[in-house]
Amino acid sequence: MPHIIVENLVKTFQIAQRQPGVWGALRGVMHRNYRQITALDGISFTIEPGELIGYIGPNGAGKSTTVKVLSGILVPDTGRCEILGRVPWKERIAHVAQIGVVFGQRTQLWWDLPVIESFDLLRDIYRVDHHQYAQTRDEMIAILDLESLLDIPVRQLSLGQRMRCDLAAALLHRPSILFLDEPTIGLDVVSKLAVRDFIKRLNQERDVTVILTTHDMDDIEALCTRVMVIGQGQILSDGPLENLRARVTTERRLIVDLEEIEDITDPDASVVLRDGHRVHLTFDPDRIATADLIARITAQHPVRDLFVENTPIEEIISRLYAENH
Amino acid sequence: MPKITNRTSSFAIRSYIAVLSARFRTLLQYRAAAFAGFGTQLFWGLIRVMIFEAFYRSSTAPQPMTADEVITYIWLGQAFLVLIPYQGADPDVRAMVRSGNVVYELVRPTNLYFFWYSRAIAQRTAPGVFRALPMFITASLFFNLQMPPSFSATCAWLVSMLFAVLISAAITNLLSISLLWTISGEGLGVLLGSLTWLFSGIIIPLLFFPDWAQTAINILPFRYLMDIPFRFYLGHISPEQIWYHLPFQIAYLIALITAGHLILTRGIRRLVAQGG
Repeated sequence: MPHIIVENLVKTFQIAQRQPGVWGALRGVMHRNYRQITALDGISFTIEPGELIGYIGPNGAGKSTTVKVLSGILVPDTGRCEILGRVPWKERIAHVAQIGVVFGQRTQLWWDLPVIESFDLLRDIYRVDHHQYAQTRDEMIAILDLESLLDIPVRQLSLGQRMRCDLAAALLHRPSILFLDEPTIGLDVVSKLAVRDFIKRLNQERDVTVILTTHDMDDIEALCTRVMVIGQGQILSDGPLENLRARVTTERRLIVDLEEIEDITDPDASVVLRDGHRVHLTFDPDRIATADLIARITAQHPVRDLFVENTPIEEIISRLYAENH
Repeated sequence: MPKITNRTSSFAIRSYIAVLSARFRTLLQYRAAAFAGFGTQLFWGLIRVMIFEAFYRSSTAPQPMTADEVITYIWLGQAFLVLIPYQGADPDVRAMVRSGNVVYELVRPTNLYFFWYSRAIAQRTAPGVFRALPMFITASLFFNLQMPPSFSATCAWLVSMLFAVLISAAITNLLSISLLWTISGEGLGVLLGSLTWLFSGIIIPLLFFPDWAQTAINILPFRYLMDIPFRFYLGHISPEQIWYHLPFQIAYLIALITAGHLILTRGIRRLVAQGG
């Protein structure tokens, strides 16, 4: 049975529009114009236990709104949503006891309290059994390397340290589903890798279903078996990363470092970028085999080095958006 | 599947006590504010006592309270000043609504009204710990604060004080909840603030208000925050009268909690995702 079933979810917001200037402010007192914004425009998907899903899309596409509906914070206008057999906003309390949520730009830790006290407080708020709590807490401290942070008030932690603590905090009650809303935002490379590594372990060793929204395509490539792309409130694409790539473009890139600065012309490949000794070519592997192309070019030009790349995922995504506008 | 079957079926109240005590402990850390508050309240108390002494010396008409009673009443007001919700909503909730961190409050497996109500109780009691007791001792040693006339008066006072705390926290919570509508919440805060200020008895004991104002005073819940408990303390209302006043306090409490609950439920539904 799927963990999460979403069918035709629609959510609109009313936003009061204000006219600029003093006159506009005065008129706003008497009469308000409302603008309707459709954040979710009929979204459907199902998620099986143990999946690790990347949920991506530009700012304002509806990612956070989806996460907020799934975590029982927002009530959608129409549509069906069932998580572990419950409708989130109808049985909010029972539902949230089974999920963990991390919003990357916020913290759920108590600002003035040492980290460990926040953990203890969450134990009581979630009414976790003391023995189970001690076990989970110690595991989290070990995996995320939190030992040295426990006695520090949260306000004194760096962003990366705080995010590690926030991840632990979201898991103390052993949720079976974890929502991560931009968990790597603003983190340095080392912290990013630590967070990524942790998410992967969590998913593989504990079988936690993870839904990850992010703008960082490296997160997606490193972690996700399945990617959902949302744009203007609709799901544009849903499937493994390779499918997405195949759907948008099969193109590959050949990057050649030449011995001398010269031009490459080939009937099956086109030059997209020239940077000193380095030349970037794109080609379609269905029209010409990669090995053949390389053989041809190395026969014609003295080559120092070369390598083949997939089209960067950023480019794929932006093409997908362009197609749908 | 990590099924959470070994969760203990402990009472839900554990969550609320946890947040109350955490908030209480945090608020106790503001010791400088407590000392400053104590100094200010001592100063204002002295001024108010002097004003009433001058008033009693110049007036020959019979007054509703004796001069000694008024002085004790004033010092009680100074001691329990933080009990009344004059500064509006819970500052913690205000900060959360502004920053958007309030979303985390909605993913807790607790009833949000009572979760915030627990915070409000801490907000209304913790700052008083370092003020009420020193004020009591100082005023009874140097400024003629009297003790209650009897044991039963003390009991009646304590019971009505307990409900004063609960009512005050319910008003505080109502103000916190109003933030879901107005974000800043200053409007309602100022309005309710001045009403409590005037009609709780902190400025002038309520019996000194003219007759035409007494009806309004008796209808509003604010007199149960200070005036009624203080008059139980003085023995100005006989202790048996607790059986008359207690049902009113309970009714006001239930009404305020019900109203807050309803408004919160609607407030959550219209909650707009601040910042996407």
